[in-house]
This record gives sequence, structure tokens and C-alpha cells, in this order.
Amino acid sequence: MYDTGKVIIGLAIFACIFLFPFLYSHGSAAPKPKPSLDTPAIKALPQKKCVEDTKFMITTHMQFLNNWRDQALRDGNRWYVNKEGKKVWISLQNTCLRCHSNKKEFCDKCHNYAGVDPYCWDCHYDPNGSKL
Amino acid sequence: MIEKALKGSSVYWGWIIFLLCIIGAGMMAYLYQLKVGLGITGMSRDISWGVYIAQFTYFVGVAAGGVMVVIPKYLHHYSKYAKIVVFGEFLAIAAVVMCLLFIIVDIGQPMRMMNVLLHPTPHSMLFYDMIVLNGYLLLNIICGYNTLLADKKGVPCPGWVKPFIYISIPWAISIHTVTAFLYAGLPGRHFWLTAIMAPRFLASAFAAGPALLIMILLFVRRVTKFDPGDEALQTIAKTVCYAMIANLFFMGCEFFTAFYSQIPGHMHTLEYLFAGLDGYGNLVPFMRAAIVIGLFGVFLLLVPPIRRNPKWLAVACAAVFVATWIDKGVGLVIGGFIPNPFETITEYHPTLPEITIATAIWAVGGLIVTVLYKVAISVREEQARA
Amino acid sequence: MNMDRRKFLKAAGLTTLVGLGGKGVFELLKPGTVEAEMAHEGHEEGGQEKGSGPKVRWAMLIDIMALNQEKIEKIVHTCHHLHNVPNWGDPKNEIKWIWEDEYEHVFPDSYNEYNHILAGLPFLLMCNHCDNPPCVRVCPVQATFKRPDGIVAQDYHRCIGCRFCMAACPYGSRSFNWLDPRVSLRKEIAQGRKLNKRFPTRMRGVVEKCNFCVERLAEGKDPGCVEAAPDVMFYGNLADPNSNVRKILKERVSLRRKLELGTKPSVFYLI
Repeated sequence: MYDTGKVIIGLAIFACIFLFPFLYSHGSAAPKPKPSLDTPAIKALPQKKCVEDTKFMITTHMQFLNNWRDQALRDGNRWYVNKEGKKVWISLQNTCLRCHSNKKEFCDKCHNYAGVDPYCWDCHYDPNGSKL
Repeated sequence: MIEKALKGSSVYWGWIIFLLCIIGAGMMAYLYQLKVGLGITGMSRDISWGVYIAQFTYFVGVAAGGVMVVIPKYLHHYSKYAKIVVFGEFLAIAAVVMCLLFIIVDIGQPMRMMNVLLHPTPHSMLFYDMIVLNGYLLLNIICGYNTLLADKKGVPCPGWVKPFIYISIPWAISIHTVTAFLYAGLPGRHFWLTAIMAPRFLASAFAAGPALLIMILLFVRRVTKFDPGDEALQTIAKTVCYAMIANLFFMGCEFFTAFYSQIPGHMHTLEYLFAGLDGYGNLVPFMRAAIVIGLFGVFLLLVPPIRRNPKWLAVACAAVFVATWIDKGVGLVIGGFIPNPFETITEYHPTLPEITIATAIWAVGGLIVTVLYKVAISVREEQARA
Repeated sequence: MNMDRRKFLKAAGLTTLVGLGGKGVFELLKPGTVEAEMAHEGHEEGGQEKGSGPKVRWAMLIDIMALNQEKIEKIVHTCHHLHNVPNWGDPKNEIKWIWEDEYEHVFPDSYNEYNHILAGLPFLLMCNHCDNPPCVRVCPVQATFKRPDGIVAQDYHRCIGCRFCMAACPYGSRSFNWLDPRVSLRKEIAQGRKLNKRFPTRMRGVVEKCNFCVERLAEGKDPGCVEAAPDVMFYGNLADPNSNVRKILKERVSLRRKLELGTKPSVFYLI
């Protein structure tokens, strides 16, 4: 191998830079996010049920909302029939955020933890939030 | 073969670094545009396409112009072009990359670029534009690289490349026709709504592209050991001459239709561009200059003793390039939006960030031409020594 | 199977091309098939119906003779409030869904300078929701599309901001968000503007225009402009020969903008 010494030193520097983030936050994992369901609208619900069941919503709400978007906007059909046959009005701001009126303590908790920035919030906003 | 671009004189590297500096400035301006939005440009509700799309339109033409050296060499076996076809193809690569970059910096949501592929729309001309531009880029890379590689090895060009070369000929026509169709099918813009748009685009493309090619080749002859050949340059110059005559003739036709019919919608834009309208006329000096410079260029190219003089040849090609640039890169796109659908006038003033980004994309084109031509010239110089 | 690297690369490349081209071919042969197959069955509210021929074509009638400055301001203010349209205050960045202009600019190609009556009347301009819309023809991603009920809709999620639709629209109905609309909205909120919390804003980099209040129609309400001035703005189903709008059009002279372009606009001016 040519320039063995330089290659080894380069590899060592690369390893240090690459592993630095892991070494820096060693032992201090961010706590698991706890989205809060503590809103007046949810408290007033007789049955604490979302459009679909919790597990489904947690795992699939991204694709689910995309389907809602296409159905409402592109097909013009604003009534969604959930798995139990109940009709739900499709609207992020007026259905989802009516119960989950605490975007900072609900939506943002998991999104910030996972480091995702869904562009939904470029247009949609929490109607009960203080700032746009 | 790219390694040939890594060996050069200090002037060569100075030029590369100069281009990289301009590109760097453009990148900073583009980051600013990504942060704040297209509002940093001079575009407005009335002039919704500006410098970026105008430059895109012009450089699609320059890219298509390469076909003017491909057709004589490959369809008619004009051997004088054998050594320079690759330079036309490499110029086309640089021009198409510039076009794609101009589109990217112009769209409002660049992160959604892939939507054009995810939601193909056969009734939209932009869909076909995306296909033909990327296809042309690919064709020129395949043809240019493989023919140059074969030259370097001293073997004839491999047979499988030939179909790509033949396809690139109608494809070159198609890229500029599709770009013309972007404009020529819009019912509300009378300046663009003309059947002659595609022929005009092609005529100006076949003038501008080869003119740029001649200028660069003359420069190459001065600074390197590669000589494209006087007869080859003269033939290209004749092509430029007749294409420019056709282009000026088409412009004349536009004037005739507008002013003989006396239809206001047809006349108003030409009045704004060449004489001023309602007190607005910030483009008038440029447009008038374009006609004069274009005619001057044609004259220089028509007279054989002048055309054979390299200095005057360069001046003539520069004149044709500048004239077509003003006509297509400044007058055409802005003119289409003036007057607006309400027959009022909003003028367009590009801003400094906008011009910086556009200049940086020009510098990217210059960089690609420099690097690719360095490779091609190195191969030609090796061939000459062998 | 005996395969060398070259054969494998050729096969992989071909497969990729076929895969990428598949949707495109579908689209070419039967436009909208792939989307339709993914769509939900059954349409209820909103007045749309599947089947043969359009049963609904929404149209807007504007009674120019009953229009005055006060009503114009109320209509424009209502529409822009309901849809959180920012008020930039400068013509370069302005966004407008409905606005006022005069005869000479509304009908520039058929302007009769001796028609002093029309010259003295105010006109309201908005998206014409054409039956043959050039904007829909040119959009490369179908972000603007024509609904079965005739309304030309804009999908802000898909729009790439190329502004081809703005160049294609012969009526100048479309506005582009050159800047983030919330920048202006926040300033206006600080000066006392109230948002319509039931409707989103838009993001920068997308085109917007009048949407015929599809969100209100879906809830069974009238469009905002109609509600603001029900004696001036009338809307109804143009495809139904017995609808209110057809009755009015039988009794009143009506104009439409730039009919010679073949766009078949759905906004009528009653004079």
C-alpha cells in the first residue's frame, strides 16, 4: 500500500469525526415522547375514541392523512367511513385538531423526537394555538 | 478521460477558480432565495416568468444548435467536421445542464420536483420538456463520450453508438420545438400565440449555438495546439449566417402580421418592445440594438473576405450571439407578459440576487465547457502527435 | 442460471425503465385511470355524480347593475377573510382571489369606447372556472384540475410552483406566493386582523386563486361572496335547464370575458 502512514492517520480522523455524535451523547438518550391527550374537547368525549384505533393511528397516520387529503381535495369526497362504519368529516384543522387542540403537546412531541418536519404545518395550523 | 481535465496551466486553473467563485456567490444567493422565496427576484403577479425562464429558453436553443454539426458529419459524411462534432456535443451538454438548473432555481417548491415524474401528465408540454431535455442530455453524454474514447484509442466508433447519434438529430429538433410549444399554445398571450414560434426558435437556435461554438473554437485554436480547421469553421459560419437570416426574416414576418393587420393585441407587445407603449419602454434600446447588431453580424458573415478573417469572424459570431440573446433571452419571455391580460403594463426589473444566481448558472455552463473541452482537446492533441 | 455482470446490468436497467415507464404508459393510454382506481367509491355531498355527462356545472352570475363600492369592499373582504388571503399591499407580491376593475381592462379585446354605460360600471374579477381551462391543460403535475362539477381546483400539496398556469390563464386570475404568506398575515394579525381558523393558509411557492368556496359548498353553504352580497352574486347549476341561474340568464343580458379564446368561462356579468 502506498502512503500507509497517511492513510491510517486519515482513517483515524474519519473514525473520530464519524463516531463523535455517538460518543458525545453517550448514556443520555432522549426520553420517550409522551403526547398529551389532555384537551377540553377530548375530556368532554363520552367515548375516548379517535377516527380509528390508537395503534392504527400511531403507525399509519402519515399515509392515512395523505389518503384523506387526496380523497377530500382531489375526489371531492369529504366524508370518510371508518372501520366501524361511522362517518367522519375529513379535515385536519376542523376534525383532527378539534379534539387534539394542543399541537405543541401532542403532534410536536413525537415529531420533534423523531426529527421530522412535516410540511403540513406550512399551511395547516392549530386553530387554538396562540401564534400562526 | 476526465483526468485530462486535472492537468493544466496556471491560467487554466485560475479560470476554473474564477468560475468556482462565481458559482459560490450564486449558491449563497440561491440559499437566500430558498430561505425567503422567489420574492427576492423581480418577478411579480403580472410578470410571472423572468430571467431564469428566459435564460432557460435561450440555452435550449444553444443546445439544439449542436445538431448543425452532427447532421453534415453523420448524415452526409462531411469529413471536415470529423474533429469538431464532439465539441458541439459537449457544448450541448453544458447548455442542457444550464437549462435544467435554470428550471430548478425558478420553481417555487423545488423539493417537489419529482412530482413531474410521479404524476406524468401527457397533456402538459412541461412533461415532454422534462423528457426531451433529460433525454438529450443523456444522448449527448453517450455519443460525445464514446466517440471521443474511440478517437483516443484510435479505433472507429463502436457500432452501438450510431443509433444514438441518429436519434439525437430529430431529438435536437424536438427539444426546441417542445420548448416553443410551451409558449405557442397559450391562448391568452398574443405575442406568443403564433405558429411561427417553433420555426423562429429553431432558426435562432441554429444561429446562436454554432455561433457560440465558432467563438469557443477560435479561442481554443489560439490557446491550445488543436486546430479545428479553417474550412470547418467557414462551413459552420455559413450555417450561422443563413440561420440568422431566417431568424431575422421570421421576425420581419411577425412585424408584418402585427402591423398590417393592425390588430391591437398583436401590435402592442411589439410596440412596447421596439418603441415603447404608454410611457413604458425600458427594453426599447436593447431590442433596437439587437436588430442592428444582428444585421451587422449577418453582413459580416455574408461577405467572404470578412468571414475568412478570424478576428471579424469572432466579431460576427459575437454579434449573432448577442442579438439572439437579446431577442430570445430578454425580449421574448418578458414581452409575452406585457401588456398583461388587462392591457395594462407592469415592467420587470431583475434584482441583484436574481442576476447573481443566473450568472452563477452561466458559470456552471462555462465550467462544464472548460472541463469537457480540456478533455477533448487533450485527446485531439494526442491524436495529432501520434 | 448462468449470467455474467454485463447481462445482469442490462436486465436491471431494462426492468427499471419498464417500472418507471409503467405509470406513464397507463396515463398516456387512459388518463386518470390510475388515480381513479385509487379513489374512493361513492360520492355524496358536493353535488358530484359519477356517470355519463356532466350533471352539475357551477356558474357564478354577477349583477353589475346592482354593484356598488360598498358591496365590492364587503365581497372582497369576505372572500379574503374566509380564505386567509394575505394583504401584502404592493402589486408585486399581491394575492387576490376576487377584485375590482373597470370595463376597459375587463374586456380589453372588445372594448367599445363609446359604451359609456359599461364604462361607468364596476366589474368584479375572479377565476372563471372555465369549462375548457387552459391552466389545467398546461399543469405538469395536475395540481390544478377540473372537478366533475366544473370547478377548477388547486391542490397546494402537489403544486411545484412552476407558474405555467399563470402564463396560460388568459384572465390573469392566478396569484403566486412569492413570499411566505404568513409573514404578511402575522403582521396583519398584530394590526388587528382575525384569521378564519377553520381554513388553512397557503405556503410560499404555490399558486392560488378563487376556489369557488368548495369547502363551503361541501358543508351546504353558499360561497362567501354570494353570502356577502346575495342581491349581486348568484350561483347555481348551469347544466340544469331549470336552475336559478338559467332562469336569470333567460331574462338578463349577460357577458363573459374573452369568449373568442374558447375557454368557456363560467362567470357571467349581468348588464
